[in-house]
Amino acid sequence: MPPAEGALLEALDLSRSFGRRPVLRGVSLALRPGDVMVVLGPNGAGKSTLLRLLSGLLRPGSGEVRWKGTTLRRGDHQARRRLGLLAHQSFLYDDLTLMENLVFAARLYALPDPRAAARAALADAGLAERADDTPRALSRGAVQRAAVARAFLHEPEAVLLDEPFTGLDASAAHHLRDQLGQLRSRRGAALLVTHRPDEAWELTNRVGVILDGRLALDEPRPDDLSAFLGRYHAMIRG
Amino acid sequence: MGNWLRSALAVAAKDIRLELRSKTSLLSGTVFAALVLLIFNFARDPTGLSALDLAPSALWVTYAFASIVTLNRGFAVERENAALDGLLLAPLPRGALYLGKYFANFVFVAFIEAVTLPLFVLFFNLDLSTSWWGIMLVAILATAGFLAAGTVFSAMVIRTSFAELMLPVLLLPFMVPPLMAAAESTAHLLGGRPLSEVMGWLRFLALYDLAFVTLCGMTFSFVVDE
Repeated sequence: MPPAEGALLEALDLSRSFGRRPVLRGVSLALRPGDVMVVLGPNGAGKSTLLRLLSGLLRPGSGEVRWKGTTLRRGDHQARRRLGLLAHQSFLYDDLTLMENLVFAARLYALPDPRAAARAALADAGLAERADDTPRALSRGAVQRAAVARAFLHEPEAVLLDEPFTGLDASAAHHLRDQLGQLRSRRGAALLVTHRPDEAWELTNRVGVILDGRLALDEPRPDDLSAFLGRYHAMIRG
Repeated sequence: MGNWLRSALAVAAKDIRLELRSKTSLLSGTVFAALVLLIFNFARDPTGLSALDLAPSALWVTYAFASIVTLNRGFAVERENAALDGLLLAPLPRGALYLGKYFANFVFVAFIEAVTLPLFVLFFNLDLSTSWWGIMLVAILATAGFLAAGTVFSAMVIRTSFAELMLPVLLLPFMVPPLMAAAESTAHLLGGRPLSEVMGWLRFLALYDLAFVTLCGMTFSFVVDE
């Protein structure tokens, strides 16, 4: 598959196995500026592996990941600076306060004023009052909000989100949708992996389905979610 | 270079802050070292072996194993909430990550060595009034050497299910050269010999440090990136 014109982040024929078990087989997709793509798939289909490959955390067995047309390589700090990942786990240290966690993350991304960036991100996430608490002292939802704040701290151009709405209450979910909307209006891109497409359906413009390690569907987002879910469940049942 | 060093210092400062909160490495390493010295003290037959003969090897066996106890914790903190992934996602040069971890490990092990040295002096009834600074120099150089490889191996084993077991197996062969040099130098210095007599060993330790810090910093990426 030839590289896509103007894509921010691109997967070209990506495959990856763990041991002898192939997890991802020849997945190709491209995220263009303004794209918010939701990817569905049953457990073990390869969704999280796709995110880890796209973020550069995992090396592909074959195929390549491209950032603005250039192959993402080990030590490509320019691309890493522009990418964000919200994974299943929060990346937060349990013995550091939220403020310390975010200041440390801001330092890793060499933000000009780490404390100000951390303070703004916490205030944005509605966690200003909890800045001096450690993640241990927070509810699951508050930890997820802090993880979202960390993922968006460096204002990435493209974000990859793995089940981002897990544990979020209505207002935090609304806040995340706001952030995704802002990202889209900045001509950034996002790829969401979720079992709950309804949470962000209106924000997305593309939808994909991964089945058994293959991208079985990649199309513009249809208007009717329930009709789409009907098709999706039929695909899963084979 | 400025950003690179700033990143390394940020990682080291974060580790030191985490350790000051949990005190896991410092406490377990110090208690372990104190117990080993105590055992050496009581197991020694004073009629068969003089304190001065046993002291250098007792000191360096203690420091070596206390370092392993400390190194086991070095990357374990990165396992909680997949924090290591957060580090690897950032535009953080792997060499800077290595150096940050190495700095922090050095601070922890140096602390344990400093705290347990008076116990060593007390148990073995030694007079360090003339040799203390020479022994300090040996300790700094030897510790810097075995932590260079230790930091890499602690990162290597962290994704295995039996990291605590694997680390000493992998690391001990690499600890032998600096430990030999340190024990030899310490024996000479405790015996009242001048520092000039151990300059060869000190040069060896300095070269070992330089070689291993450079090599390990360069290869660290192959260890942490999946």
